[in-house]
Amino acid sequence: MIPIALLPFLLQHTQGDFWFPSQASRNASSVDELFYFIFYVSLFAFITIVLATIIFAVRYRRSRVGMNPEDSPHHSTKIEIVWSVIPSMFMVVMFWYGFKDYVAVRTIPANAYEIQVKAKKWDWRFVYPEGVESYGGNVDMNDGGEGLVVPMGRPVSVRLESSDVLHSFYVPDFRVKMDAVPGRYNSAWFEATEPGVYPLYCAEYCGTRHSRMLSQVVVKSEEDFQAWLKSQAVDLASLPPAEAGKQLFQKNGCTACHSLTGTPGVGPALDGKYGTTETLADGSTVTIDDNYIRESLLDPNAKIVANFAPSMPSFAAQLSADEISYLIAFIKSLNE
Amino acid sequence: MTSSTNALDRTNYLNATKGFMSWFWTIDHKRLGLMYLWSVVGCFILGGMFAMKIRLTLSGDVDFASQTAEQMNAYNNAFTVHGAVMIFLVIIPSIPAALGNFVVPMMLGTKDVAFPKLNRFSYHLWLIGAILFVTTLFVGNLDTGWTFYPPYSTGYTDVSVITAVLGAFILGFSSIFTGLNFIVTIHKMRPPQMTWFKMPLFLWAIYATAVIQILATPVIGISLLLILVEKTMQIGIFTPELGGDPVFFQHLFWFYSHPAVYIMILPGMGVMSELFATFSRKPIFGYKSIALSSIAIAIFSFIVWGHHMFVSGQSELMSIIFSALTFSVAVPSAIKVFNWIATMYKGSIAFTTPMLYGLSIIWLFGIGGLTGLFLATLGTDVHFHDTYFVVAHFHYVMVGSALFGFLGGIFYWWPKMYGRMVDNKWSKIACIMSFVGFNMTFMPQFIGGAHGMPRRYAAYGPSAGFDGYNEASTLGAMVLMTGLFLALGTLLWSLKKGKKAPANPWGGVTLEWQTPSPPPEHNFEIDPPVVGDPYDMSLFEWKGEEEGFLPVNPRPDDPCVANVQPS
Repeated sequence: MIPIALLPFLLQHTQGDFWFPSQASRNASSVDELFYFIFYVSLFAFITIVLATIIFAVRYRRSRVGMNPEDSPHHSTKIEIVWSVIPSMFMVVMFWYGFKDYVAVRTIPANAYEIQVKAKKWDWRFVYPEGVESYGGNVDMNDGGEGLVVPMGRPVSVRLESSDVLHSFYVPDFRVKMDAVPGRYNSAWFEATEPGVYPLYCAEYCGTRHSRMLSQVVVKSEEDFQAWLKSQAVDLASLPPAEAGKQLFQKNGCTACHSLTGTPGVGPALDGKYGTTETLADGSTVTIDDNYIRESLLDPNAKIVANFAPSMPSFAAQLSADEISYLIAFIKSLNE
Repeated sequence: MTSSTNALDRTNYLNATKGFMSWFWTIDHKRLGLMYLWSVVGCFILGGMFAMKIRLTLSGDVDFASQTAEQMNAYNNAFTVHGAVMIFLVIIPSIPAALGNFVVPMMLGTKDVAFPKLNRFSYHLWLIGAILFVTTLFVGNLDTGWTFYPPYSTGYTDVSVITAVLGAFILGFSSIFTGLNFIVTIHKMRPPQMTWFKMPLFLWAIYATAVIQILATPVIGISLLLILVEKTMQIGIFTPELGGDPVFFQHLFWFYSHPAVYIMILPGMGVMSELFATFSRKPIFGYKSIALSSIAIAIFSFIVWGHHMFVSGQSELMSIIFSALTFSVAVPSAIKVFNWIATMYKGSIAFTTPMLYGLSIIWLFGIGGLTGLFLATLGTDVHFHDTYFVVAHFHYVMVGSALFGFLGGIFYWWPKMYGRMVDNKWSKIACIMSFVGFNMTFMPQFIGGAHGMPRRYAAYGPSAGFDGYNEASTLGAMVLMTGLFLALGTLLWSLKKGKKAPANPWGGVTLEWQTPSPPPEHNFEIDPPVVGDPYDMSLFEWKGEEEGFLPVNPRPDDPCVANVQPS
């Protein structure tokens, strides 16, 4: 009955096979081969165990053999050595290939194209050596971002950092996972082999919206990737301030907590808030003006609107004076 | 007809004294064992409610797009409560504290554990810890996961961490005292004829468990205190802003929590050995290797913790060493399974309810153990880490093996505890239902996990393609829950309506079967004869009129035999 219960899953994933999503990186196939090696060894062991229990249970059931079984050995050094040594040998093989795969996954090629991946509650930002930034993009999130755009056929390394709690960079189709740990840099690498869009998850629990810390990896051909890089290099100063602010708002992941549609999330919704008066936790009031927005970006915990938790990080290190002005202009523009 | 080796109508430990205080302030290890048992059952129902909350949320109770922050927090709280309650309040105390307290002194033929008052103190400490812990979980909206990883736990969530950690700290002491008591009891109170290698294997398992409890639990105690100190006094131990290192906590945490996995599974293995010997009516195959493999597992359990951290950023060399060491635990575990199966060979196998649990565990532990190989192997673990593959794996070990072992043990010793037999048919249906439901719940999680389904997600986007796995899982959880409640129902039913149990309903040779059911206050009316092999089944023979087993050569003063009247 278990195989029948599993049937729907066989049909569920158009890409990949029964066990795995598609193989979209150079290391994926060797991970899968190792998996299938262990799988078939385990399956053999498991079937042996199941058959032995069934055969013994039927053959030696009490109703058949009576209450007092004939004498049989209680111990056999020979057989005990056999069933200790043979599994051990298989395990040495498993360890060895696992070790080789791990070394391949952990040794970042010298010519890898390095992208900085900045994790924070609850979004990902990707900073390219060319100064371009990208973010978000998961199809279920509808956050307007494009995600981690990478070239195909070239090793890409990601340097992971976190500005708050533990996160983990996980792309199942690449079989790549690495924690982003605050206070240190971790790295991982992959070489994408198939153009396409692959989900990127946060795999280490990080609080309320852990399940929404989603992004995607977009694999483009070298040409398309270069074209994309060019198209992304936007000079904020050449845009109207509110438009520049909108881009910053999205790139910095503000949408993860602040909706623009009136429904409060982890933080208050920001549409139509400029110029209004809000009550703080201690009962005092504050007017949402330029200075309040500036202070909230640089020292978010100074004045928190009642009923919200102090969960916003400071952006003092990330935003220049100009960029703060753009963001203020953007929030102002939401009243129109 | 009432069985004459049944002591329900005589003075026994259940009816010798009455009233609340006669239980609450008792030093009788049997009563303490029962109090642990029912406390654990209560906590299990609580943890199970939160499991159902998790399942219902994931199978489409809440829409991905419209899920609010409150709903996500409620989910995060639910998986934290589920994990913390099930580990700290259910599985860790289940077999050692509940069954161990009831059985260990009787298996040794003694009146009680070495330190009966310390034993009572352990229970009261457990109760205080449990109350503190459960209150926190309800009142404080704890949402760190049972792992309490900093810096989330120290800097980013509310103060309920403080009381939860204190609760776990107190529970740890209860566990340490219980372990200490068992070690001294087993060392000092064995009857003179019972040498180490004549000890029932359950005692070996409890002994190995107690060693881990004493050596590992202080480390989690210290680590949790450090969390407390850091959270309240801002001392930089784990938080990077204060100069600490979050990965350091993971080392400390898993230095306890990996051995703790064996605190959970070793006693279950001990129960398995008793079940397979008794219900095959044959000495256990490879006694010495089962006994020593318990000790080997206890030792190896201390040197494998780093396999929880292959993607944490610990050095590659460390990961490689820990991977190699991890495989070493697999060998003694495999030896045990092979020995249990070999015990069935040429035996006389009785399909009783406890034996059905035993047979289920062979298969479930088979799956749980073998899927561990994928996680010990570095190359595959990088992909599986923190996915539902891991969730399914450890549920197969902790529920499918440890918890089913607890259930098997309850059904095995229930006639001794309450002097009543459980209804055979319904308790078997309950066991099979739980077995089927369990597989339906966790088998899909292996496949979902292999497809990359991450853990601890309050919802999955519609395009992620995980809905089918979650729906199947929830359906299975319903079946599992029904099976478990049915099992509880058969136990409760037996208390009123069950047939009276004979002293030895199963033909066990270990000493607890050589005293009436339920036993007198001080366990034995006469010192039970210790003749050497704890699994020499020829010492007892089936007596149809007794519906139980009686000694082949009874002593004239044996209360289990002397009162036999012709029916």
